Amino acid sequence: MSNLIDDDGDGPAPGANAHEFTVTEISGAIKRVIEGEFGHVRIKGEVGRVSRPRSGHIYLDLKDDRSVISGVIWKGVSARLATQPEEGMEVIATGKVTTFGGQSKYQIVIEDIRPAGVGALMAMLEKRKKALEAEGLFDAARKKPLPFLPEVIGVVTSPSGAVIRDILHRLRDRFPRNVLIWPVAVQGQSAAGQVAAAIDGFNRLTPGGKIPRPDVLIVARGGGSLEDLWAFNEEIVARAVAASDIPLISAVGHETDTTLIDFVSDHRAPTPTAAAERAVPVRLDLLAWVDGQGARLSRAAAEATGRRRQRLADLARALPRPETLLSSARQRLDLAEDRLPQALRNAAARKRLRLVETSSVLSPRALQVRLVTERQRLTDLQARAGSALTSQMRDHRRAFSNLGARLRPALLRQPLSHKFRAFDAAAARLINLAQGQTTARRSRLEAIERLRTSIGYEATLARGYAVVRGDGDVVMTAKDAGKADTLEIQFRDGRLSVGSGVSPAPKIKKPSKKPPPGQGSLF
Amino acid sequence: MSDKTVSDMSFEEAMAALETVVAELDSGDVPLDKSIALYERGAALKAHCEARLKAAEEKVAQITTNEAGEATGATPVDGL
Repeated sequence: MSNLIDDDGDGPAPGANAHEFTVTEISGAIKRVIEGEFGHVRIKGEVGRVSRPRSGHIYLDLKDDRSVISGVIWKGVSARLATQPEEGMEVIATGKVTTFGGQSKYQIVIEDIRPAGVGALMAMLEKRKKALEAEGLFDAARKKPLPFLPEVIGVVTSPSGAVIRDILHRLRDRFPRNVLIWPVAVQGQSAAGQVAAAIDGFNRLTPGGKIPRPDVLIVARGGGSLEDLWAFNEEIVARAVAASDIPLISAVGHETDTTLIDFVSDHRAPTPTAAAERAVPVRLDLLAWVDGQGARLSRAAAEATGRRRQRLADLARALPRPETLLSSARQRLDLAEDRLPQALRNAAARKRLRLVETSSVLSPRALQVRLVTERQRLTDLQARAGSALTSQMRDHRRAFSNLGARLRPALLRQPLSHKFRAFDAAAARLINLAQGQTTARRSRLEAIERLRTSIGYEATLARGYAVVRGDGDVVMTAKDAGKADTLEIQFRDGRLSVGSGVSPAPKIKKPSKKPPPGQGSLF
Repeated sequence: MSDKTVSDMSFEEAMAALETVVAELDSGDVPLDKSIALYERGAALKAHCEARLKAAEEKVAQITTNEAGEATGATPVDGL
């Protein structure tokens, strides 16, 4: 005891009797306490930030409204997980709490993590469904038609259990076929991967290879809880189905269960049995159908010849004898002959009747009516013509006055006065010339006249000579005077007739009648 | 009428062809010569369909896989 007391007295801090730890010691002590106390816990919370480094481990936060705890899922564990943690997911994580002395931290090492209850699962499924739908994986246009009668049927399911039995049984009933079973786990953590691999594997088979390639696939599983069917909600399965070139029928769970695979498959069957029914037709029905078609074929062929035979017989019966042909024609001729006169009379009567009808229409009254209308038309036209004329006249008058307004007398008058003046000058010149010429001619005429009178015989008469004419001609000799019937003597102051030259009178007259010789020589 | 040889036809094709032949012959509009040819073709199609139906035989096999999960063969399964 005294040693202990001494020891106490030698302590660095008086009055402090607590054990002194190194940092590592205390870290180790805490670790032991925590791991001892929380060696196996279930923690419910929301997944916060998730990080997946290349190492393959998963680091994540679990949180609720007030606190956060870090978690780690080692690589080996994460590969086994049925559900991969996603941010925002409500989960229950199972594991042990441990410390990380190097950073004064604690965390939970998760050994299993799963969605917290059905609600969380459904929420996750909904999210996944939306994403795939947005990618177009559910489009109706992507669905492939199922073959009518597949030769080989590939079935992806568990080899043991009722499902494959149901399918084979129904296939056997309907149409025995070549069935290839690809055995898979339909439940549990590896189920999704195996189902996806089986679908992919069937698609990889080459047609005509060692293993025949199926013409249609059935992916089937019996009923179960949501968690049991969960493998068929996994994205990897949905993507394998979408990628399948072989038409695929999904039949997972009961009629009321709908899993993600049902949205992607080409046909969704409510049960495995229904899938088998959808895959093949009923052989017996088809046999009956073929028999029926065969019977119809024979009947139709028989009918085709029978009908023709009947028709031939009918036609042959209907073919008339030559004399019948002729006799009917003769009868017709007789009949026509009989009817001809009457027909002629009838025709004539009909024509007459028509003539009467026609001529009745052709009445003066009809003409009158026509005349009245035409006259009316004429009057109308006249009226229109008058008004048209008036309006035209008005137009022309207007045009004329327009033109008249433009017509200016000054334009005409000016050149006119010029011409007048020129004319006056020319006239004056003409008068001058004419007067000059007249005077000259008159004096010439007077001179000639004077000459004429001076040399004319009248002037001789004035000197006492006379001119004797016999019968109108000048008589120069007495012989000529004696021959003339009448004699005429011209004196200066007039003419005097004397009787005939043969009468006694001419004896008297004769000397007087004789013109002086000088006078005659004058002419 | 399709030119495809009857023996090359799938069951479904043969079925459709048979239906067409029967309908055509049934209508009665076919000339006699052609109706005989049609009947013969119909009979061949019917025989083909029947053969396909009667040859139906069940064969069930289970795929065997290797380590990589690839199909390596198929072993017959009995008693299912």
